[in-house]
Amino acid sequence: MSASSPTTWAGRARSADPVAYLQYPALAVLLAWPFLFSTYNTGLLTEILIFAIAAMSLDLLMGYGGLVSFGQAAFFGLGAYTTVILSVSFGMSPWTGWAAGVVVSAAAAAVIGFLCIRLKGVGFFMLTLAFAQLLFSAALKWRSLTGGSDGIGGMQRPALAGFRLDDPATMYFVALGAFLLSLVLLRLVVGSQYGHALVGIRDNEVRMRALGYRANAVKLIAFTVSGLFAGFSGGLYAIFNGFVSPDAMAFGLSGTILLMVVLGGAGSLVGPAIGAAVFLLVKQIASSYTEHWLSIVGIIFVACVMFFRSGIYGLLLRLGRRGS
Amino acid sequence: MDLFLSQALNGLVYGILLFLLAAGLSMIFGLLGVVNLAHGSFFMLGAFIGLSVMQITGSFWLAMLLAPIPVGLVAAAIEMFFLRRLYRRDRLDQVLLTFGFSFIFTDLVETVWGRDVLAIDEPPSLQNSIEFLGGFYPSYRLALLGFGLLVAFVLWRIVEHTRAGAMVRAGVDDPASAMGIGLNVPLLLTSTFALGGALAGLAGVVAGPILGVYSGLDIEVLIPAFIVVVVGGLGSLKGAFFGSLLIGMTDTLGRAYLPDMAMFLTYLMLIAVLLFRPAGLFGIAQPQ
Repeated sequence: MSASSPTTWAGRARSADPVAYLQYPALAVLLAWPFLFSTYNTGLLTEILIFAIAAMSLDLLMGYGGLVSFGQAAFFGLGAYTTVILSVSFGMSPWTGWAAGVVVSAAAAAVIGFLCIRLKGVGFFMLTLAFAQLLFSAALKWRSLTGGSDGIGGMQRPALAGFRLDDPATMYFVALGAFLLSLVLLRLVVGSQYGHALVGIRDNEVRMRALGYRANAVKLIAFTVSGLFAGFSGGLYAIFNGFVSPDAMAFGLSGTILLMVVLGGAGSLVGPAIGAAVFLLVKQIASSYTEHWLSIVGIIFVACVMFFRSGIYGLLLRLGRRGS
Repeated sequence: MDLFLSQALNGLVYGILLFLLAAGLSMIFGLLGVVNLAHGSFFMLGAFIGLSVMQITGSFWLAMLLAPIPVGLVAAAIEMFFLRRLYRRDRLDQVLLTFGFSFIFTDLVETVWGRDVLAIDEPPSLQNSIEFLGGFYPSYRLALLGFGLLVAFVLWRIVEHTRAGAMVRAGVDDPASAMGIGLNVPLLLTSTFALGGALAGLAGVVAGPILGVYSGLDIEVLIPAFIVVVVGGLGSLKGAFFGSLLIGMTDTLGRAYLPDMAMFLTYLMLIAVLLFRPAGLFGIAQPQ
């Protein structure tokens, strides 16, 4: 909880985690969803799953590495653009495009991360923002490749082993699979010795260096893996939408992903996924009843920063502990 | 007028506008350590309030005079009731807090003023072009240039040559010692945040005839202002001034002569400064 660690976006030990008991019922609901609800809701849930991956990718960097990036949309956008450009302009399969998007995002993250991790705190934050804006400008200006502000559309959803992704349920299951894969892999990363080193460096870099850890290498790996998963979600988003525009790389999207992480609770992976769900649901529900959904999001966000630093996930944890 | 000369003047005008925004942003960062993501919102709010004052009273000058007041009060309220509780926390919490407020302000202006692109008219006395350096140049822009330089001079006098300015400088250099020798640091922080906000609001009004008034203006001006304060050096008024002129000129001349590269130039400059001179061109290295 925030009181115990006032200076960092704290992670939590998963062993004492009452929320863990909820994961199997949650998985059952996710698996049964398309059979229970309308196509419209399935589409919304697909979008939630895709953004949950993006939010978890930032959480690795922010929650576990203590590196708050304002440029996550750069890698999300690179994944999306690579997928669409390769399939629409070069006639490749969207699956190939998606895979290439992941590689491009990870490679770009390795290069950009190499420069960004030299700075800490606000400097890091500004530098990631600067690189994201640079890529955003490129997406806007390199018209022959990116279609400028109009973006590129007209991508057909591909088929998978006989199932066509045009079917909302199939698309949903692909997104669910991608989400679960990301969650499992990211959990492996943060649970590994490497993950502990990353958290150690977040909490006390000087001590970890003295112990012989190469802090910059550890941070660079986190940045690269984070960019990889952001690109993974971006490519999937492009397949889902059949369309990409500079919005996929914009300042606003970086902010939105950051918001999802803070809302859900940094340093828990599941928390930011919940944050993505709550954000998109609030946006969806609130925007159909009132025009003031931005204010609602803003107020929730301010309240989270002021009073619930560990986000919705932290709140659930506290309720769970009280209950048990 | 020679094309280059008029573009260079445009660059100076844009630079001076950026300065009005960046001066507050930079002093707020220097004193409070807060990267204020709501600073663009203060600018936008000032522009919209100025527009309304103008529609009601018909006077540009009244808009310039009145609009900064409510913006300054809103800024003061944010500092007193929200930011103040977060000073002991990670600086990034404050960044996130101001980011949350920027959402609320966007919604506020869209609710009150709608989503159309509006404009503030120049005052009637400044709607013509006058002869300047062997050509014609819009008199409003020249007046704006003069006004911006005047504001810069007044700010410089205040910061460098008054007791209040000395307190601000002491607070920037070493807040703990400043408090220790009896300075009312909380009051100093609130006033700086309020004045920075009011200045941003004023910038919004005077930029109205040039940039227009619309929702989304906040981000449009916030990012260049950030580049200015980082390039010039966070917390330094001199840095904000020369950084503004440098970025204003680079951006405007870039758009005129290298239209494909213009957007990249300022970002590349920002990246280069962050990597090779993180304290900025005029800043003093600060311990993180």
